[in-house]
Amino acid sequence: MTSLILILISALFFNGIIGRVKSRCAGRKGPGIMQPIQDVIRLFRKGAVYSDVTGPVFKMAPAVYLASVIIACLCVPFGHKAGLISFNGDFVFFAYALALGKFFCIIGALDTGSSFEGMGASREATYSMLAEPAFFLIMGSLAMMTGHSSFESIFAALHPSSTMSWALAVIAAFIFLVLAMIENSRMPVDDPKTHLELTMIHEVMVLDNSGIDLGLIFVTGYLKFAMYAALIANLFIGSIPVGFGIPVFLAIQVLCAVIIGVNESFTARFRMNHNPQFIFTLACIALLAVFGVMLMSGQLV
Amino acid sequence: MRPFYKIEMNMYLSMWFMAIITIVFVCGAIYGIGYMKHYKGRPLRNTLHWINYAIAYASMMLLCVVQNSIQFLVCWEIMALSSFFLIIYESEKPETIKAGINFFIQSHVSVVLLTAGFMMIAAKTGSYEFCSIPRYCAHNNGMAAFLLLFAGFAVKAGFVPFHTWLPYAHPAAPAHISGVMSGVIIKIGIFGILRMISWFSIDFVTAGAIILTVSAISGLYGVMMAILQHNLKKLLAYHSIENIGIIGMGIGLGCIGAGNGDTVLATLGFAGALLHTLNHALFKSVLFFCSGNVYHATHTLDIESLGGLAKKMPWTAALFLIASIAICGLPPMNGFISEFLIYSGLFGWMQGAEPGVTTGAVFSILALVMIGGLAILCFTKAFGIIFLGSPRTEVDAHEMEPCRIVPLAIEAVIMLSIGLCPGLYSKLAGKAIECFPYASSEALNTNVNLTLVGLAGLLFLLFAAVIYIAKSRHNARRAVAEGPTWGCGYTQGTPKIQYTATSFVKTYVQLFSFILGNKKEKKLPVGIYPTDGSFESESYDKLENTLIDKPLGAYNRLMDRFSFLQNGKMQFYVLYGIVFIICTLIITFLFC
Repeated sequence: MTSLILILISALFFNGIIGRVKSRCAGRKGPGIMQPIQDVIRLFRKGAVYSDVTGPVFKMAPAVYLASVIIACLCVPFGHKAGLISFNGDFVFFAYALALGKFFCIIGALDTGSSFEGMGASREATYSMLAEPAFFLIMGSLAMMTGHSSFESIFAALHPSSTMSWALAVIAAFIFLVLAMIENSRMPVDDPKTHLELTMIHEVMVLDNSGIDLGLIFVTGYLKFAMYAALIANLFIGSIPVGFGIPVFLAIQVLCAVIIGVNESFTARFRMNHNPQFIFTLACIALLAVFGVMLMSGQLV
Repeated sequence: MRPFYKIEMNMYLSMWFMAIITIVFVCGAIYGIGYMKHYKGRPLRNTLHWINYAIAYASMMLLCVVQNSIQFLVCWEIMALSSFFLIIYESEKPETIKAGINFFIQSHVSVVLLTAGFMMIAAKTGSYEFCSIPRYCAHNNGMAAFLLLFAGFAVKAGFVPFHTWLPYAHPAAPAHISGVMSGVIIKIGIFGILRMISWFSIDFVTAGAIILTVSAISGLYGVMMAILQHNLKKLLAYHSIENIGIIGMGIGLGCIGAGNGDTVLATLGFAGALLHTLNHALFKSVLFFCSGNVYHATHTLDIESLGGLAKKMPWTAALFLIASIAICGLPPMNGFISEFLIYSGLFGWMQGAEPGVTTGAVFSILALVMIGGLAILCFTKAFGIIFLGSPRTEVDAHEMEPCRIVPLAIEAVIMLSIGLCPGLYSKLAGKAIECFPYASSEALNTNVNLTLVGLAGLLFLLFAAVIYIAKSRHNARRAVAEGPTWGCGYTQGTPKIQYTATSFVKTYVQLFSFILGNKKEKKLPVGIYPTDGSFESESYDKLENTLIDKPLGAYNRLMDRFSFLQNGKMQFYVLYGIVFIICTLIITFLFC
């Protein structure tokens, strides 16, 4: 429960911080930290326009998308305190629940019959297929090292005192951060700040959503960021008391947002055909982590 | 030697498969009544069809219970023949006959392999009873016989590289037959493999490693080919290969667990395989039945010319969507439960493994994850292009009659019930796995908490429903308008500018072009006022090309060398007869 509340709190300001960092880097003052939430509230107040081509699938898609991320957030523990949903192999459920959300997002985009949205849907499907192995491999290496197979027991067993834990935690943190960037279609995979039609993946998929639908999709994006950052935080707070854990957790959230913001200020978007290589590199790094663990535990030689 | 108390445990395995066969056959029959209304004008043929349907059902039930290899082979043959007649129902079409003959030949390849395997055992033990297999294994290395039998069953189940009959037979058969065939007839291959594992005692680690490798390749290859297909039934046929791969991965893991004496791995592997067999039988038959509805509503199965059917056929669309979610292995549907069991086994195996073995686990996980991701790509394409958007060609589609919806809905309810209360079904599967070495139902109950998985799925459904209802109520109080799809400034949009199935998977095809076979033919427009230019791309099965077509072509060319023998002149034929008789006489005198 702690983790859910903390994720919700962080989601409130996560994208705000990214925006703020980006404008600072560009030498502007920039909007306030709560601007993304105010955008969502504004969208919630509005009515909606639905395309006459769309049907129930289009209306269901944002709801399922949000539900999938909420369910995934419920799986995330707070250090050694388990999340609401916790069982052996819960990270498999976590990944597959997110995949269902993506599934609906993709068919929601196809429901509009727009070629732009089809393009985005196609890319989202291909890229998420390429990104998924990285998550499973890094979780596999964590599971192998700790000998546990649920989020909570894995994170509880990661001791910051051992060098191996540290090394693995840093690799895992990197992978989760890049995964969050891919999932939310941020730089360098996609540029969310271009004009809607020119954005290549996620934003182009939701072109026809408006009003509360668009609001829900934004909220889902914020939650996704906070959720991945929470996973990163968990890598480091497993064995420290909750009292210290909470500030560390929030600090890591802020740090993640700042890194993403800085990264977005100083990198350019890849060409679309370079993205698969970039995304699959993550899986390779995760594979290296797996072999590293195997080497350390003497399973390779 | 295997203790004999396990013999009665064997029956639970049979019962599990008999239940699956019955559910799918009954639903298929009800659906078939509606389907066959379109072919009313030929009573004789329809009678033959339904008789064969009944015979196929009876032979499969028998296959599950017989404990003697001769009886088994006889039933196997009856099943192969009756399903051959079921496939060639529309025998006036040449491609149907071709597909049927293809199925017929490959079925008999499987019979040859099975006969050889059973004969190896009978030659040593002098008995055709299955219960003589443990005796055989006690005195001989049973690996060769096991692998022969595995290959025989693999042809029926559709493991790569024995899969080539599936993509032809499924599109040729009527929809209810495709559903039944993919749902249960190929599962009989799985049943055979499992049955043999329950009797044999061999080096299960090696056998498991072989099965796991073959299955992982089948799974990946099946789904990779499925994505390319534009014929809906062919797509589903390739997907059967993928799911057989997943089931096989479960069996392989179970075998490795049995070989290592690892109770948890054996239990999770076999239970995952059994549950996925049930799951695949359910969702694949629903998908095939839906494809039949689409076919009769639009008279085509070409994905590229369909679109927007969800508005005209809401029930079919909803059922197709549910089955798609299930086949992708997503919660809260049943496919997730069985994949979850296999994942749990894999992650468990990875942790407690001996040196070197972990690599196997890592690559199996990688394969399973990739299969999942690719399946999502495939089914978002299939569902999205067929049922969503606007129609790509003008068709007067309409929803089908209730008897073509209700059986599917029943199967969908069973699917959902497996997804939400998996504990119930895993209890049954737990009994069925008791016949495998080291697998036990207690281990299943203590090692995975499926009830919680089901609850999590339920929570998911609840959240989605609550958010959806809240959203609808929210919208009800505000101005909701309808308009055309945003064309980014372009106002003359037609259904033709929609994304097509080909363009949807283009990125993927480019990425994996080194594995996939893709023929491209292009004619560039030339000159200042170009008149014609064309581009055509077609995918083909590279494995089929290299393993079947090319050797067959070479064989044909070899045989062509001897075609001078058949020259149509009577004198020559008389000469052949005389030469033959002389040779026979000489050989007799020389050697006797």
